[in-house]
Amino acid sequence: MSSTGFNSQNGPGGQPYANGPFQNQVALQPPGPGYNMTHQPPYNPMQAKGPMPPGPGLYNSGPYQPIPPVSSYQASPGQPMLNRPPMGSPHPMTPPQSTSPCPGPRMPPAQATPAPPVSANSYYQHPPAWQYEALPLMGAPPPMGALPPLATAPLTFVDNHVTSSPSLAPPQASSAGYSAAPPPVYHNAMQPSGPPLPLTSLHRYTQPGSAPPPMNPVAPPHTYQPGMTAPYGHPSTGLPPSMRPTPPPMGNATPPLPFSPKTDGHIATPANGAQVPNSFDHLETGPKMAGPPQQPAPPARHMGLSYPSLPPGYQNTSASPMHHPMQAQTQPYSHAPQSYQQLSAGPAQLSPSLAGLSLQSQTPETLRVVNLLQERNLLPPGPVTPPTPCLPQDLQKINCHPEVFRSTLTSIPQTQSLLNKAKLPLGLLLHPFKDLSQLPVVTSSTIVRCRSCRTYINPFVTFLDQRRWKCNLCYRVNDVPEEFMYNPVSRSYGEPHKRPEVQNATIEFIAPSEYMLRPPQPAVYLFVLDVSHNAVETGYLDVVCQSLLENINALPGDSRTKIGFISFDSTIHFYNLQEGLAQPQMLIVSDIEDIFLPTPDSLLVNLNECKELVQDLLKSLPQMFGKTMETQSALGPALQAAFKLLSPTGGRVSVFQTQLPKLGVGALKSREDPNQRASAKDIPNLSPATDFYKKLALDCSGQQVAVDLFLLSSQYCDLASLACISRYSAGSVYYYPSYQQQHNPAGVECFQKDLKRYLTRKIGLEAVMRIRCTKGLSIHTFHGNFFVRSTDLLSLPNVNPDAGFAVQMSIEENLVDMQSVSFQAALLYTSSKGERRIRVHTMCLPVVNSLSDIFAGADVQAITGLLASMAVDRSVTSSLSDARDAMTNASIDSLTSYRTSVLTIQQPGLLAPACLKLFPLYILALLKQKAFRTGTSTRLDDRVFAMCQLKYQPLAYVMLMIHPALYRVDDLTDEGALNISERAIPQPRVQQLSVEKLSREGAFLMDAGSVIYLWIGRNCNPDFLTQVLGVPDYAAVPQNMNILPELDTAESQRTRAFVGWLREQRPFFPILHVIRDESPLKASFMQNMIEDRTESALSYYEFLLHVQQQVSK
Amino acid sequence: MEAAVFILSLVDCCALIFLAVYFIITLSDLECDYINARACCSKLNRWVVPELVGQALSTVLMLVSLHWFVFLLNLPVAAWNMYRVWKVPMGNMGVFDPTEIHNRGQLKSHMKESMIKLGFHLLCFFIYLYR
Repeated sequence: MSSTGFNSQNGPGGQPYANGPFQNQVALQPPGPGYNMTHQPPYNPMQAKGPMPPGPGLYNSGPYQPIPPVSSYQASPGQPMLNRPPMGSPHPMTPPQSTSPCPGPRMPPAQATPAPPVSANSYYQHPPAWQYEALPLMGAPPPMGALPPLATAPLTFVDNHVTSSPSLAPPQASSAGYSAAPPPVYHNAMQPSGPPLPLTSLHRYTQPGSAPPPMNPVAPPHTYQPGMTAPYGHPSTGLPPSMRPTPPPMGNATPPLPFSPKTDGHIATPANGAQVPNSFDHLETGPKMAGPPQQPAPPARHMGLSYPSLPPGYQNTSASPMHHPMQAQTQPYSHAPQSYQQLSAGPAQLSPSLAGLSLQSQTPETLRVVNLLQERNLLPPGPVTPPTPCLPQDLQKINCHPEVFRSTLTSIPQTQSLLNKAKLPLGLLLHPFKDLSQLPVVTSSTIVRCRSCRTYINPFVTFLDQRRWKCNLCYRVNDVPEEFMYNPVSRSYGEPHKRPEVQNATIEFIAPSEYMLRPPQPAVYLFVLDVSHNAVETGYLDVVCQSLLENINALPGDSRTKIGFISFDSTIHFYNLQEGLAQPQMLIVSDIEDIFLPTPDSLLVNLNECKELVQDLLKSLPQMFGKTMETQSALGPALQAAFKLLSPTGGRVSVFQTQLPKLGVGALKSREDPNQRASAKDIPNLSPATDFYKKLALDCSGQQVAVDLFLLSSQYCDLASLACISRYSAGSVYYYPSYQQQHNPAGVECFQKDLKRYLTRKIGLEAVMRIRCTKGLSIHTFHGNFFVRSTDLLSLPNVNPDAGFAVQMSIEENLVDMQSVSFQAALLYTSSKGERRIRVHTMCLPVVNSLSDIFAGADVQAITGLLASMAVDRSVTSSLSDARDAMTNASIDSLTSYRTSVLTIQQPGLLAPACLKLFPLYILALLKQKAFRTGTSTRLDDRVFAMCQLKYQPLAYVMLMIHPALYRVDDLTDEGALNISERAIPQPRVQQLSVEKLSREGAFLMDAGSVIYLWIGRNCNPDFLTQVLGVPDYAAVPQNMNILPELDTAESQRTRAFVGWLREQRPFFPILHVIRDESPLKASFMQNMIEDRTESALSYYEFLLHVQQQVSK
Repeated sequence: MEAAVFILSLVDCCALIFLAVYFIITLSDLECDYINARACCSKLNRWVVPELVGQALSTVLMLVSLHWFVFLLNLPVAAWNMYRVWKVPMGNMGVFDPTEIHNRGQLKSHMKESMIKLGFHLLCFFIYLYR
């Protein structure tokens, strides 16, 4: 019967394609997919070359096997009733296919995500949505949905409902009804040249010989699948299958046509070949090889209108009620239902009414109105937690961890104008190479990516059926390669949606050779050491050499690891470490104008083979320059030498510099006027004095060389210029002001610890990172250390686990039809073991269309972090006062917008939504931060370093540098303590940063990120003094105390455990300063009391008054 | 004399038109990812000064030949060109800086600027032609 149906349909197009199972699916697709479908054939063969999963065998034989049975079989078990197509169309086959995706737990996500570029799409997507999630609406919307649409709905539609009503899956039924028209078209696309064979069975037989070669392979897999999947599919109950099915009504039939089979075929093949690009850009890239435009984008609007017609029918279904409870559960916020509904109910028209509904029911916690002038204790007792995006629970569960990937707005506005209205910055903060305790690693010869935008397959893609998935970034429909059908984890076949790639938002692939331009480089480390008189005085050489000696075996790398040393004063010294030499040989090059490598081959040596020579050198190096009288330093030429040495391989240069370089290229002059340090006016010289370091950094970046800068100096070094060498080569900057071996033991310890971490931490070499986002969003500004090589490709010669990135985005096209958008950061790097790996993070966020939803999803910490980065840019390109004004205005504008557009009841005071209640406080903290403060004496280098940190540190660490945490520690208890590896870590409450919180009877610990202060009150509990500090009384607390003695008391253990825990949470080592009233450091402790007034800055309350004044203007 | 001035201006204007087109093409190459930022910027920076000189030349020519209207038309553009070169921060690699061109929509504003200049030069071209 079906065959006849086909024939009739084929008439126009001549589609032989009898592979029943798919037909339906295809039919269901919006036009786009249909067209994509065509790709599949050519593509599959290629896949076949990969390792053959169990499937292939079947697959091959496929053509001969299931034939007629398949069709009949499918028809009956799946959904007998529903399928019965009035017209005798191919639908009978659908059920298995459609069901297959559904059974998976991730079905709902799929639904939520499917983007409705095409009207048709949104149209039928809703049915599922309704069933699964939208229930709350159901009651309300019927009136709106019901009438008008019905009128428009085609007759068939009605019929469908009738038939389907008894069963659970109405949508399917409808699909069947609809499909009559569209299928032919699609088939057409699939089998352009094939003979118009109606019957599936026939088709299969014929294929081997007759059909065009590329196309053939496709068919078999199809046939094969039905058999496999059927068992899974059916159990899934009638409900899920309904998901995709509804085929596009009338109008749809046409769109597919434009994509003629032939073109498709053409496209498919090139694209396939293109998978092996030949430059790094290409490796990580995609856009160029984009196939034909995916989105036919047919009439989107009218579809939306017609959509509401569906609900009435669905309301009857039992599905909705039962889902309701689940929903309530999942939603973190009370207003959840609202956004939920929006998610599920794509069309824009619905949302307003929905929003209204939800609002009247209850205001979400994040939108609770807070009068900042009245509420004194704003800080939560523990850490500030990032908001949870309003996604269905199953999506949210697998969403990327906020420490890795975070957005300033967890609900993305639909349009740019809406975003402008909210006055909040839209951006992402990333920590892509963070050390993770659990990271699924996948080895696979084919990495599944979207063929148009090169997005990696991820948990937020939609599986249209077992064989095809729809990219969640560009909405192209791709086919699932044969290899992907096999799930290595469960060792089962036919469940592509259960593969680890689709179950984890953070995943790492081991990349095949297509992702390499050259053989993976070895880890190469070059140390460039300042050995001028000044440097020897500081005594840092001892520490560096000692640390290297201790950690030489812990340097990440394999048997190919190379190491080399250069030292410099007014000349450049190379060290020949060639195997076979009795001792290291020093080669001095004094011509710093035209630097050259004396013996290019033996300066970088294999670490394993020449370890003894290296150790000899490290032992003798500190003494070698003990009596040097050379005071100048030629940093520029030394860097050029380093670049020359490393450019054949790439690698990491660690530069240790202790003074302003005054010789050779890149020489700098002192630009700081010490008398202006406390100036309340603008701070000049925040930008580099020369482009030498920037140019060199770009050269380095091109050769995969990263430069890390360690600046140990007590004088001005022009960090603003020097930092460029690291910023654009993706290195890191470490700064140890007033480093002195004898006089500053705490600084030495800090340097040692940092160095240890630096030497032993993971390293990713020759890396590139690409950040992709859903069509319509675009990234326009990047923050962090790297070079932006092309629009969205960051070149990272080295990537380290402690580097953070931020990007700003704008909304270029309205996201009207979308329920959610996704972001994907893919980091391609070479591990120190010589493996090429790709780490992929994907985050999914809902799209909203009301201001109140945007505010409800605001992530105040991320906003602050992004604003800080933007302000750094502003102070460099414009001026510091501009940047300060911009930050103040940011808080004023957003609160004004909240007050005028969201608040319905105007009350006196400064009102903010609960999620933004910390915003003014953080802004004030930024204004008082070292980087941006004015009026307080701040050395230029300190300021520039603070700016570097704001741009480069991951958000978690930056937040402490902006707004330190204050704890009272003299009364620590085990109550509520964390238990980590059998140690109880007390969790004291976080206090407001105000002197009024300090009491003379207590001891307070302030964690300011890179430094920790322990302030002891004058009348501090004597028990604390004796049992924790080990001193008899207050007067006996030493001036410079940096260590808590290891006493065998419960209090001491608790305090040490707490401090240790704080330190473990970050990759750098914060020094502990125990201070009392007379300590010189008391001033810096007090400067962190952000809420208090200082001579030059407003108190928090004054700042609030200022903001309020501006807001109510 | 009059004819010579305008012929010279015309030639100069042609050169500027070509330059503007070259800027647009190169920038759009960068936009489409055909060349990398470094190459693009070094290509463009090479032509910033010639452009400035060309514009200044036609401005001066008009001044010398006492065509006040055309002179005043050219003056702001010439001034803008000089201001642009003059305001480049010390640490940047020229008017087009590869590390910043992808930030804060600079690429777009450069593009817009080149487009406007192209329009302006075309206008001038016809003025010179029919004078």
